[in-house]
Amino acid sequence: MSGAITNILLVGVGGQGILLASEILSETFMLAGFDVKKSEIHGMSQRGGSVVSHVRYGSRVFSPIVPEGEGDILFGFELLETCRYLSLLKKGAAIIANDLCIPPPAVLSGKENYPEGLAEKIRSLFPDFLLVDGLKLANEAGNPRTANTALLGAVSKRLDIPEEYWMKAIEKMVPPKAFEVNRKAFLAGRKL
Amino acid sequence: MKGILSGNEAIARGAFEAGVKVATAYPGTPSTEILENIIQYEGINASWSPNEKVSLDIGIGASFGGGRALVAMKHVGVNVAADPLFTLSYTGVNGGLVLVTADDPEMHSSQNEQDNRNYAKFVKIPMLEPADSQECKDFTLLAFEISERFDTPVMLRTTTRISHSKSIVELGEPVQGLPEAKLVRNAAKLVMLPGNARVRHPLVEERVKKLGEYGANSDINQMEMRSKEIGVITSGVPYQYVREVLPDASTLKLGMVYPLPIELIKEFASRVKRLYVVEELDPFIEEQVKAAGIAVIGKGLLPICGELTPGRIRDAFAEAGIVGADPISAGKVQLQGLSLPGRPPNMCPGCPHRGVFFSLNQLKAYVTGDIGCYTLGFMPPLSAMDTCICMGASIGMAIGVTKVVSEEERKKVVAVIGDSTFLHTGINGLMDMVYNDVPATVIILDNRITAMTGRQENPASGFTLKDQPASRIDIAELCKAMGVRNVRTIDPYDLAATKNAIKEEMNRPAPSVIVTDRPCVLVKRAGVFTRGPVLTVTEENCTGCRSCLKIGCPALVWKTVDGKKGKAVIDNLLCSGCDVCRQLCKFEAIERVR
Repeated sequence: MSGAITNILLVGVGGQGILLASEILSETFMLAGFDVKKSEIHGMSQRGGSVVSHVRYGSRVFSPIVPEGEGDILFGFELLETCRYLSLLKKGAAIIANDLCIPPPAVLSGKENYPEGLAEKIRSLFPDFLLVDGLKLANEAGNPRTANTALLGAVSKRLDIPEEYWMKAIEKMVPPKAFEVNRKAFLAGRKL
Repeated sequence: MKGILSGNEAIARGAFEAGVKVATAYPGTPSTEILENIIQYEGINASWSPNEKVSLDIGIGASFGGGRALVAMKHVGVNVAADPLFTLSYTGVNGGLVLVTADDPEMHSSQNEQDNRNYAKFVKIPMLEPADSQECKDFTLLAFEISERFDTPVMLRTTTRISHSKSIVELGEPVQGLPEAKLVRNAAKLVMLPGNARVRHPLVEERVKKLGEYGANSDINQMEMRSKEIGVITSGVPYQYVREVLPDASTLKLGMVYPLPIELIKEFASRVKRLYVVEELDPFIEEQVKAAGIAVIGKGLLPICGELTPGRIRDAFAEAGIVGADPISAGKVQLQGLSLPGRPPNMCPGCPHRGVFFSLNQLKAYVTGDIGCYTLGFMPPLSAMDTCICMGASIGMAIGVTKVVSEEERKKVVAVIGDSTFLHTGINGLMDMVYNDVPATVIILDNRITAMTGRQENPASGFTLKDQPASRIDIAELCKAMGVRNVRTIDPYDLAATKNAIKEEMNRPAPSVIVTDRPCVLVKRAGVFTRGPVLTVTEENCTGCRSCLKIGCPALVWKTVDGKKGKAVIDNLLCSGCDVCRQLCKFEAIERVR
């Protein structure tokens, strides 16, 4: 992977824990000896809005945002948001998404419908698409709040980074009490 | 030692390493995290101010007293602090003074995208512009050196993509041997009366020249020669995009964007065949380069509006035939024939602002709005805001509207402003309203926190930046003390009382203030916000009338059952138990869960 840059996008709804997941990713890449940059927008979007975080690593990274059309991996926390950012990906990109739908305001109020069959549509464009029941894995690990970590485990399998760096980063970023359950959730996702 | 730091975290670290004594700010995206991170370092007296002018005034005092001071704000905050800033340029400093301006190209969280590089030229002070987090830290340290060496305040400019991007930073130790702070009198330098100021102005002009020479010979501006075909002058995050999109181009990377190192630019221009400027927003560099008689292309190619991205730069250079057709967009994949519902930000479930805006909508009020979470009251279905300009403007706007419309329309005018914004600059508008006896109504949404920027403390919250208990300004009592005779405090969760109070005050031919007293649901401090019993919909009673959906609560979901007429459902994980939706249901379909 030397020379080339790997571009990862994390997308979902404000409040879903996207920032923490992107922190763990960047910490892992730094520990593994890579140059890393990440970027996201704070502020208004935190009020339930659409959120995208960019993480890039390689021997030398310039731009903190993924150039349009160069995304290698999309880590989706929610299906509608996963669809919203597909244009940032390159052809043949891998998508790992949580099987979760959060209705936006216009759907809540009955003015619009949540689009149906999103997963099939994504798969028709990006065959390398893994839909994960994050909540199920998290419950099996022992805490429903570890869904993001389980998904991160699934993402980690697509990246050539030794497991020890992932563990070190998770240990650094989650409270000590929560490490063991997060480790379990991560490994469950990594086995998919 | 190294770490992954955001630009804001790196500026805080830089302040620590520079031996900063005093740090002040008013929260504002994307600058807020600078002060939030500075409190982890010992020895820095850091505090939130009521507004940016006060922040800068405090910074100036600290500097005159001989300590290093850092003052941080978002781009529009500099407008508020501009008055002291222009004259500070004349006095210069004692301890170094650095003003961080965090600009927001693309307006991710702002009402305009003004380019604050113009301030540096206008105020005639140096401006440094880092291109990543390492430079955020290094330039903060350098800014203090320049400030003291050239006797000038220094502006450090970031943009959202610098403040909120993380990259690897090598950490250092604090500088040693800074002079001790103590009172030094120097009235000729620090008392800006006309006679003294006339002496200072020529020194300011001289200083700009010296700083230009310094920039031409300093490492802060870097000429990187690659291909001689294309040369690009750039700075900040656009430098990173240029390196990505035009990897073979030579670059002149400006770390100091004012004053410009014109001699260095001339040399760079002479070494390349075609010269471009890649800069976000205004043609700030381009115009000065052209004024120096150097041929250059900038905004002829790139947009003035919005932020730049690698894609936007690539498209512009491809269209001009400078780089080959974009190999990437050819492969771009789009979901065809599918329109995705948008996901704009929304007030939280249980937000105390919701019932107020619902009532304003029902009363068909003409609402002059202000800056905060409650600006979202503009969004449907609440749709109850008619104007929003800047911090604190709502009250003045209400006064102005009242002065020109008919007696009947006058009754419709209501100013809506948050606690933090009221104390920021709204309070002066209220003084005018009382002083000139203007019969408008002001609603102060006191949720006891500066919410939109991520819950920062303020003079009415009862706590400091460092989470220490503080004297709490009682907003209702303050309004009374200012001479408002009609001040009432209401519970915004009580819809009937809220609507009734607003209606009465709208009709009153005298200045009036309504203060709402429910806290932000996101305040985590014990005893401030308590979640009520959550609510649920009894399906049999729900007629599907959609009345409850008119408040736009994210916890209320519209569900069609077996393809038949829909019914409302409450997400009990999201519901905060505010009870507002229950008061809207005419069929007793919404109940509290015990």
